[in-house]
Formats: sequence, structure tokens, C-alpha cells
Amino acid sequence: MASKGLKIAIVGGGLAGLAAAMKIAEAGHDVDLISVVPVKRSHSVCAQGGINGAVNTKGEGDSPAKHLDDTVYGGDFLANQPPVKRMCDMAPAIINLFDRMGVPFSRTQEGLMDFRRFGGTLHHRTAFAGASTGQQLLYALDEQVRKYEVGGKVTKYEGWEMLSLVLDDHQVCRGLIAMDLQTLELKSFKADAVIMATGGPGLIFGKSTNSMTCTGSAASAAYQQGARYANGEFIQVHPTSIPGEDKLRLMSESARGEGGRVWVPRTDGDTRDPKNIPEAERWYFLEEKYPAYGNLVPRDIATREIFQVCIEGHGVAGENQVYLDLTHIDPETLTRKLGAILEIYEMFVGDDPRHVPMRIFPGVHYSMGGLWVDFEQRTNIPGLFAAGECDYSIHGANRLGANSLVSCVYGGFIAGPSAIDYAKNVERGETETNGIHDAELRRQQEINDQIVKSEGGENQYKLHDELGKWMTDNVTVVRYNDRLKATDEKILELQERFQNISINDSNLWATQAVPHARQLWNMLQLARVITLGALNRDESRGAHYKPDFPDRDDENFLKTTVAEYTEEAPILSYEPVDISLVEPRKRDYSSKH
Amino acid sequence: MSTNGHIEKKRLENPPKSFKLKIQRRANENAPAVWETFELPYRRNLNVISALMDVRKDPVTVEGKQTTPPVWDMSCLEQVCGICTMVIDGRVRQSCSALIDDLLLASGSDTISLQPMSKFPNVRDLKVDRSKMFDHLKQVHAWIELDGSYDLGPGPHISNEVAQERYAYSRCMTCGCCLEACPQYGDDNYIGPQAIAQARLFNMHPTGKTNIDERLSGLMGDEGITNCGNAQNCVEVCPMSIPLPKAIYETNRDITVNALFGWLSK
Repeated sequence: MASKGLKIAIVGGGLAGLAAAMKIAEAGHDVDLISVVPVKRSHSVCAQGGINGAVNTKGEGDSPAKHLDDTVYGGDFLANQPPVKRMCDMAPAIINLFDRMGVPFSRTQEGLMDFRRFGGTLHHRTAFAGASTGQQLLYALDEQVRKYEVGGKVTKYEGWEMLSLVLDDHQVCRGLIAMDLQTLELKSFKADAVIMATGGPGLIFGKSTNSMTCTGSAASAAYQQGARYANGEFIQVHPTSIPGEDKLRLMSESARGEGGRVWVPRTDGDTRDPKNIPEAERWYFLEEKYPAYGNLVPRDIATREIFQVCIEGHGVAGENQVYLDLTHIDPETLTRKLGAILEIYEMFVGDDPRHVPMRIFPGVHYSMGGLWVDFEQRTNIPGLFAAGECDYSIHGANRLGANSLVSCVYGGFIAGPSAIDYAKNVERGETETNGIHDAELRRQQEINDQIVKSEGGENQYKLHDELGKWMTDNVTVVRYNDRLKATDEKILELQERFQNISINDSNLWATQAVPHARQLWNMLQLARVITLGALNRDESRGAHYKPDFPDRDDENFLKTTVAEYTEEAPILSYEPVDISLVEPRKRDYSSKH
Repeated sequence: MSTNGHIEKKRLENPPKSFKLKIQRRANENAPAVWETFELPYRRNLNVISALMDVRKDPVTVEGKQTTPPVWDMSCLEQVCGICTMVIDGRVRQSCSALIDDLLLASGSDTISLQPMSKFPNVRDLKVDRSKMFDHLKQVHAWIELDGSYDLGPGPHISNEVAQERYAYSRCMTCGCCLEACPQYGDDNYIGPQAIAQARLFNMHPTGKTNIDERLSGLMGDEGITNCGNAQNCVEVCPMSIPLPKAIYETNRDITVNALFGWLSK
């Protein structure tokens, strides 16, 4: 079969989407790259600390096998292990490739890549470019893909948002419908395969560390068309974020990786300047409880500890905040290793973290769950692939720091060739597909028309605020079944009220009201998957914590949650986890594991 | 931005109950620009984005007129994606890192003005189309040529000094502040600082050097480097403090050296 002339559509131009685009273009095939923002502005830019790979340049005897063990242990054994192993094996080559692409990784005195420590490991495994590693990696792929754009292999549709998949009568994916965010024009993109690389759904929680583009809307649309969504209830709340009016800004784990210490005054409500509080009167609670890992315990543990300290009234000045202290480290070293993130704090809070301990609190950060994929990044819909944060495959119940960048690139590197393999062998059925594209286009246009016509009294932004508040209050760090039930009822109420929104914009040119309404509806659907997944899982594992079920329950719940859409409610089922490589053991970070 | 030394941030001593946002509106690229003013309750730690979000929820002007919600671009809100750039109180910058407190303190006024960047097509309200910046990156061949994306081991040894210098250039987020502030940029006779700095970024890399000719020739034509007037406004407004004049100077030097050796080798 002729392999020339394959066309793969990729939705999302972050690290995973660009990684797939590069692989496909390099193999000589054509890519339509659809992205809500210019790809260089994708959310991957926000990743700060680094990228993990057991390159083992520090004489510590690190290896991909140890990276695998740290990752599945950190994820509380919920991840299928074969793809994790494949990622950890590939990780050193990924880092080397980025080095060849010219990423200005921080170097050692010999001129080699330098590595730092991150949470959940005892090894220096994290390559970094200052404290804006995600930005640097994204730019490297952006540059490589721009080369293929010049060469005519990649066509970018920037400022376009995916609304739905085009499925044929056999539920095979034949392309997608996207909307031009300037003209609101809808266009059908015919493709031999579609790769979703659409990132996470943080905006379901209102304020999070995510970019404003991270609505999960496209993944939700795919879910509503039959794609299975796995482990939705596993939402990582990052221990250290800077609370803000518009978002929660991330304070990278690298701050702790470089020696940052978390503490609160031993006396509640101590209002002294932190610099005047003597060492003996500070409570370094992470170091005290977890002597082996100290401040570098995995994120779910650090988050719960900080959260607990605050709700028990020990937070700084009695508020929901603890100190993250770097002031014992030489300011010049801090500037060199952490400059970019210290600037963020300085810029938005106004204090210089080199001289004043930062005040931080946990914030919604990452979704371990996502579209269900097999070990070749194939979803259950033939012709539809997923990679990056929008797929569920690598991180289990909790993601380790600096594993997101590597998993995004890995996902893209597998999904690209996997989509090519599929596309080479798929029956094209050109005549048949024309009709279905037009039909789906009309269906999407009708939804838009309905939204534009709707003139009820509800305000979509206020509905979004309500959704975010309920989700943050009840479906994050600590979860109770009665509150989860109430949250699901609330979401249903919001879905009702959504029918009465008015877009309040008489000018449809470049309006953000119609896209936001579409996103909001999709967020309301995924919110149920997250909430009901949490309700059903009566155990505590990784980021999912229920005080009424405080222990991990492998007998009943060493299983992947799989949600399938129906109009009434998501149907949840459970499938076994592939634990063929590392036998599950109790997670305990108070000593070496 | 200061990276050394301890800065004590100034704060508003008597914060007002409310403040005003004066926004330059445009229904589409061909429509006339009009101003609309909105009054908002003051809260500490508000930035321009959260103020705009407030306006968007219920867009009513100070005159009590119901209007359309203002349109603007935003994404990361951490000043690393570059998308939310606009002209705030006459100065081009990212709106996510523009704090209301700082703006009121600096102007002594109760009103903050927001305008779209003027060097790019104005799509609507505060939204502009900066796609030509990405075209400039194509023009200067802003990438490294690889043999392939398969595993060929690590890249070349690079001193930390060079890595740090490249890192400074590599932080450019294509926001367009330098182009907005540049007196020469805009009439298609000058490519502007951002693309020159990106050419410099790759010319400094041991592998990237291989394609130095392509990069320099991309800068030697009409829409190239020649018309820089050395006003140095670019470095003043660059949110990443990228040493843009240095990149321009060194690239000019490379062009001269290249021309000389090119001529000698003929």
C-alpha cells in the first residue's frame, strides 16, 4: 500500500503534539496541526523544573530501571508498567535529542548537561534549562516543526479549536471539526488518523496552575463521542502555588530540589518577621515526618501535609499558607539555578524570595487521568490517538515532578509512528466519508447557532466560577462521599442552568463568548467523570484521599477506572492494571524505598 | 527586572475603593477605535487580567451603558507565553504581570488605559495578530539542522558560560514588545530585534554555526538588519531582559566578517 500522501491531524501544539508532528513530518507524511493558540504559546511553556531521564552522569548508579521503580512507586502502582518502562528506557535518548536541538540546558564545569534532584527520587535525574525547562523544550520542538512548516509538510491552524470528531458508521475516526476563533467559521479536517494532544483540564477547577487554554474541552468532546476516559478522579494538587485572583501560579518543585525548606512557626499566629524567628521555633514538618526524603516527598504527600497543617490552624498568620524558604542559600546560586521562578514570585507578590521566605499553598496542577489509550497510544476509537497530559497512561495515581515533560515527548514519539502505521493500513472510503463530514459540520453549526440564539438569564462566566469553587472545595485534596454526591448534583444543576445562558456579545467577530460556552459545556461533562470516579473509589491512593477510607485497597481498587459517556451519567467500569514488572508494595517515604 | 539585591516593593498607602479601566475598543480590523471606561471595585493583588475578567462578566460602562465584553488574548498568566501583551498606560507589556497597585501608584491617577499593540493588525479590541513574527523566524532559519530525531547520543560539549548566554536569548517568547517600541519597525524595511536575537541564539551553538550563512543572508536583504537605528528602546521594554542590542551588534559583526571572508574566498 502506498505510504505517500498520508494525512494526520494533530490537535494541540504543546510538547506532545509537536513531538508527534516532528516524527510524522520526518517520516515524510503530512500534518494538519490545530491549536487554540500559536503553538509556541502552549501550556508546556509553564513547566519549570526539568525533565527526568536516568542519564546517570553523577556517579550515583542511576538507571532507567530505577526511574521506572520511582515512577510506579510514586504513582502508587496504578500505572500499567510496560509503557512506563518504555518511557524510562527512552528518556535518556529524549534528553540527548533536545540537547542536540540546542536547548540551553544548564551545564557542569566540564560542559556536560547538569542534573538536579526532584521529588520522589534520591537521584540527580532531572535535566534543566534554568527554571523554564518547559519553555525551552517547547521552543526546540517549535523550531523543528517550523522547519517542516517551511518545507510544506506541516500546515498550522493556529487560533482554531476542535469541536468534535468525525466518526463514520463504524465508529472509525475520519477527521474532526474545528472552529476558527476569529470568524467562528467551522471547517472539517479530513485525516487518515487524528492525534489528540490537548493537555489537561485544570480550568474545571476554576483557578489552577494551568493556562487559560487548559479546559479539557476537546478531550471531553471525544469522550462524549465514545472515547473512553480513564482515572479521571486522579487530579494532582501541587503543594506549592502562589494564590492569585486570576490563577494559582506555580512555584516549581525545583525550589525544594535546590534545597528549599517548608516550615511554619511553632507557635500558632506568630506574627514576627520570619527572619526573626529562630531555628528552634520553626517547625520543618516535612523534614520531621519524612527524614529520608524531607522536603522532597512526592507531591500528593507534601500537599496533604501542608493542607493539614493549615486546616489545623498552624498556617502562617493563621491563614492558608506556609513558608517555602530559600533564604539560607547564596542569592547568586539561586539566581543562576532558579532565576525564572523567583522572578515570577517577585513579579506577582512583590517580595524577593532570595531574602524573604515565600508564602505558598497547594493548587490544582495536573490530571493523571485522561483519554484511555493502549500501549501504542491508541484510544478505543479506531483512528484516534492521544498523547501527553490528555492521556492517562503513565503517572498512575500521582505524577512525579519532571516526569510530565518526558511523558509528553514520549507520548508524541509513540503516537506519531503509531498513527502512521494505522493510517497506512486503513481503508480510505473517500466517497463514504464526504457525507459524514458534512453531517457533523452541520450538527456543530446547529449547536453554535443555538448558543448564539439563547437569551436566558444565566451568565456563563458565573456558572464557570461556581463549578470551579465546588470542584476545588470538594474534589481536590480531601474527599468525602457525601460532598462528592452533592457536587455531582450541583454539576447537574449547572448543566440545567447552562441551557439558559446568554452570550452577552452582539458582535460575533472574534467573540470569546461562543468558544467559552462550548468549553464550559464540555467541562461540565468531564467534571462528572472526575467527581463520580472519586465517589466510586472507596480507598486512598496517590492524589485520591478519603479520610473515611484512609488506606490503599489493592484487592478492590488496584484497577483503572474507565468512564464511558451516556446521556444520563458516565458508566464506570474497572480494568486490571499491568503490574508485570514491579510488584506493588506499600508506599512509605519516611525511609528509602 | 532586578535579579540581585533585595527590593522592597512599594504599595499603595491609601488604596481607593474603586478604579477605572479605560479600554480602546474596535469591533473589527476595519472599524473605528472608540474608548470605553469601566469602574471596578479595588482589591489588592489584582492584575489587569483579573480586572478584565471582572469587566467581561458584566460589561457596563461608567455611563451605565451595556456593551459587548472586551476581547483580549490570555493564556499562561505567568509571563512566559507572551500572548497577553498590550499597551498599558502607554507602555507595552504583558497584562498578566501588570498589577493594578503598581499602575495606580506609578501614574497617581485612578484610571488605567489599555490599548492594543499598534504594529500588528488589530483583530478586535485588545487582540492583535502577530503571525508575521513567526514568519520572521522562518526568514532567519531559527532552528538547528538535525540529521534525524533518532538516538545519536548527546549534543556537543558547551561551557556553562555559553549555555547561560544562549539561555538569555532562548527565553524570547515572541511577545512583540521590542517591535512595538522600535521606531524603525513597521514599514517592512526592518526585521526587528526578536528575529535577530534568535539568529544569534543559533549562530552561537556549535551545530547551529553550520547554517550561519543562511541565517545571515536572511538578514542582509531589504527586510533585514540594516535599518536598526540603535534607539535601544527594545531592551528597555523586553520583559525577559534579553540583551537585544548585543545580539544586533554581534550579528552585524558576523555579517561584516562573513562578507569579508566571503569576498576573500572568491
